[in-house]
Amino acid sequence: MMRKALAIAAVFGITAMALPAFAETSAREPKDVHWSFEGPFGRFDQEQLQRGYKVYHDVCAACHSMNLMSYRNLGQKGGPFYDPKYPNPNDNPYVKTIVKDFKVPDIDTDTGDAIKRPATAADAFVKPFPNTYAAAAAYGGAAPPDLSLMVKARENGLRYVYSLLTGYATAPAGLTIPAGRYYNPYFPSDLGSAWTGKGPVPTGGFIAMPFQLTPNRVTYDDGVGATTEQEAKDVVAFLAWSAEPHADERKDLGLAVMIYLLIFTGVLYASYRTIWRNIEH
Amino acid sequence: MSGPSTYEPKTGIERWLDTRLPIIRFGVDLLDFPTPKNLNYWWTFGGILAFCLVVQIVTGVILAMHYVANADLAFNSVEHIMRDVNYGWLIRGIHANGASMFFLAVYIHMFRGIYYGSYKAPREVLWILGVIIYLLMMATAFMGYVLPWGQMSFWGATVITNIIGSLPVIGPAITTWLWGGFAVDNPTLNRFFSLHYLLPFVIAGVVGLHIWALHVPGNNNPTGVNVKSKEDTVPFHPYYTVKDGFAVAVFTLLFASFVFFNPDGLGHPANFTPANPLVTPNPIVPEWYFLPFYAILRAIPNKVGGVFMMFASIGFLFILPWIDFAKTRSMRYRPTARVFFFFFVFTCLVLGVCGAHEPTGHPFGHADWGNFLDADINSYVWLSRIFVAYYFAYFIVITPLLGLIETPLPTPESISSPVLPQGAAASPEKKG
Repeated sequence: MMRKALAIAAVFGITAMALPAFAETSAREPKDVHWSFEGPFGRFDQEQLQRGYKVYHDVCAACHSMNLMSYRNLGQKGGPFYDPKYPNPNDNPYVKTIVKDFKVPDIDTDTGDAIKRPATAADAFVKPFPNTYAAAAAYGGAAPPDLSLMVKARENGLRYVYSLLTGYATAPAGLTIPAGRYYNPYFPSDLGSAWTGKGPVPTGGFIAMPFQLTPNRVTYDDGVGATTEQEAKDVVAFLAWSAEPHADERKDLGLAVMIYLLIFTGVLYASYRTIWRNIEH
Repeated sequence: MSGPSTYEPKTGIERWLDTRLPIIRFGVDLLDFPTPKNLNYWWTFGGILAFCLVVQIVTGVILAMHYVANADLAFNSVEHIMRDVNYGWLIRGIHANGASMFFLAVYIHMFRGIYYGSYKAPREVLWILGVIIYLLMMATAFMGYVLPWGQMSFWGATVITNIIGSLPVIGPAITTWLWGGFAVDNPTLNRFFSLHYLLPFVIAGVVGLHIWALHVPGNNNPTGVNVKSKEDTVPFHPYYTVKDGFAVAVFTLLFASFVFFNPDGLGHPANFTPANPLVTPNPIVPEWYFLPFYAILRAIPNKVGGVFMMFASIGFLFILPWIDFAKTRSMRYRPTARVFFFFFVFTCLVLGVCGAHEPTGHPFGHADWGNFLDADINSYVWLSRIFVAYYFAYFIVITPLLGLIETPLPTPESISSPVLPQGAAASPEKKG
C-alpha cells in the first residue's frame, strides 16, 4: 500500500516538476504580489475591477485593443459595473454612460456610406487602431498587443504584467538602448548584443512601451490613492477578469461540485463495502 | 460474448425478441460476466477510460455546435465559447482537461497491463487492440490541440507534420495530404477538425473490439493465475460496477479539481495568443502526454533516426507479447523483473521531464561541469539519451533475457488460495 502511494506521489510529483519550467529566461523573477481573486476561494473585488477599468480606459486603451471584450461585458454578472437591479447588462446605467463616449464604424444602410455611429452596449471595445499594421506603423514596427488574454498568454501572467508595469529601471551603464525602446528588467529577452559593460549581461530586455503608470495618472472615483503600484494592481485585476470573465462562476460551481462529488464518492464507497462484505478478496 | 449464457427469457416478449435479436441476452451476459474477484484498483482504469471517452465525445459534440473551423475565426470562436455560450467555459474546460485525464488513465492502464503481464497469451489481440486505441488517441489529441488555433496549436502542427514529412518515401506525400497546401493553413485546420470529429468514433469502435477480445479469455488478475473455478469469480454486476463506479468518482474528484480550479494548468500560455505564422514561440513544446516521445525524438542527432526511434518506441509495444518469454504473467512473482519494470516507469517520467526542457538546459545545477570532449553531459539531451537507451534496452534486452533466466517465485494454486488466512484450513464457504 505504501509503495503504491509512493509510486502515485512520484508520478504526480515529477509531472508537476515538468510543467512550469519550460525555458531559461533572462528576465528578472516577477514581484511577489497577491490579489483577492487568487486560489479556489478568491473572488474578484468589484471596486478594484472598476478602478482597473478606469486605468485601462484612461491609459492603456490609447494604444492597446481588447478585441474579445464588449461594453455589455462590463455590466454582466461578475463584471465591474454589474448591478443586480439590471440583470440585462444592456440596461445597466453605467454601461449606457460608458458607451456614450464612443463612436463605432458602421455602414449607413440607406446610402451604403461608411459612417460612425454612437456605440451601443452590444458593441466590441473600440480599437485604437483600425488594424495591427496601422498600430505597428505608429510605434516603430512594434504593434501594441491586444490585452484581452494578456495575463493568460504569459508565464505567471498576473505577476509578470504587474512587474513589467511597475518595474522600469535605469539601464545599467554599458547597455546601449536603441531609439524608441526602454529598458525593463522584467521583459524577457537576450541583451547580450547590446551589452558592453563589465560583469554578466543584465537580465531583461528593451520594450517599445515607455513607463506609463506614473502616480496620479488616473483619478479614482472612490478616493483610493493612485500610486504606481495601486494602478498596476488594479489594471492587472481588470485584465485577469477580462481574460476569464466567468472565473468566479467557475469557482463557485466548482466548490458545489466538489462537495457533491465527495458525498457521492462516500456513498459509492459505502455501497462497495456493503456489496463486497461477504467476498474474501 | 463468450461462455455459456445464463440468461433465461421470462416473458413472452423477451422470448420473442430473444429468437430475433438477442440484445437483452447480450446485456445480461455482459452484466453477469464472471470476473476474477481479486482485481485491485489498478483494474478500475478500464472503466475510467470508458468514462473518459464518453465525456470527451459528449463535450466535443457540444463544442462543435459553436466552434468554427476557419483559420480566421477559430481562435475567437473558442473564446466565444468561453465567454458567451452558456456554460461554454465548463464544457470546454472539461474537454480540454479531459484529454489530459484520458492520457493519465491510459498510461496507468498500460503500465498495469505490463506489470501484470496482461498482454501474454491468450490476450495478445486484446493488448494489440489497446495499443491501436492508444495510437488513435494520440492522433485525435494532437489534432484537437490544433483546433483552437493558438500559437502552440499552429507551431505544434507545423513541427509534427514536418516530422512526418521527414520519413523516407511516404513522408512528403503524407505531409501534403495533412496540410492540404504548402504549409499549415486553413485547409489543414479544416481537415484536422473533420478527422478530430471522426477518430473518436473509430476509437469507440476499436474499444468495442477491445472489450470483445477481453470477454473471450476473460480478465487477467493480479496473480496472473488463470481462473480455475466459479469460486474465483464474481459477476461483473454488481461487484465491479460498484467498485469501478467508486474509482470513477475518485477520478472525477481529480478531474473536477483541474476543470474548476486550475483549468489552464496543463496548457501552455502561448496558446492564448492567436496563431501567427511569422512569430515562432520559444520553446515549442507538446502537451505533457507527448513529452517522453518528444524527448526520444530530440535525443537522436539524426532527424529521420529520431522519427524512426519515436515510432519504434510504440512499435515495441505491438510485439511485446512475443518478446517476453516468461511463463509467469504477474510481476508480483517476478522480483527481478519488477525492479526493471519500476525503473522503466521512472524512465518514462524522466523522459517526460527531458521533453519539457530545452535540450541544452542543465538538469543538475547550472555549472558546466559536464563538458566532456565536445559534449555537455550535464544537459537534458544527454540525460534523455541515457534514458532512451534504457527504454529500448527494456524491450530488446531486459524483457526477453529475464524471461529466459529469471526464476520466478511460486505462484498460488488459484486466485482464491492466496487470500485465505495464513495457516488456516481452506473453508469452502469463505471462498465466495
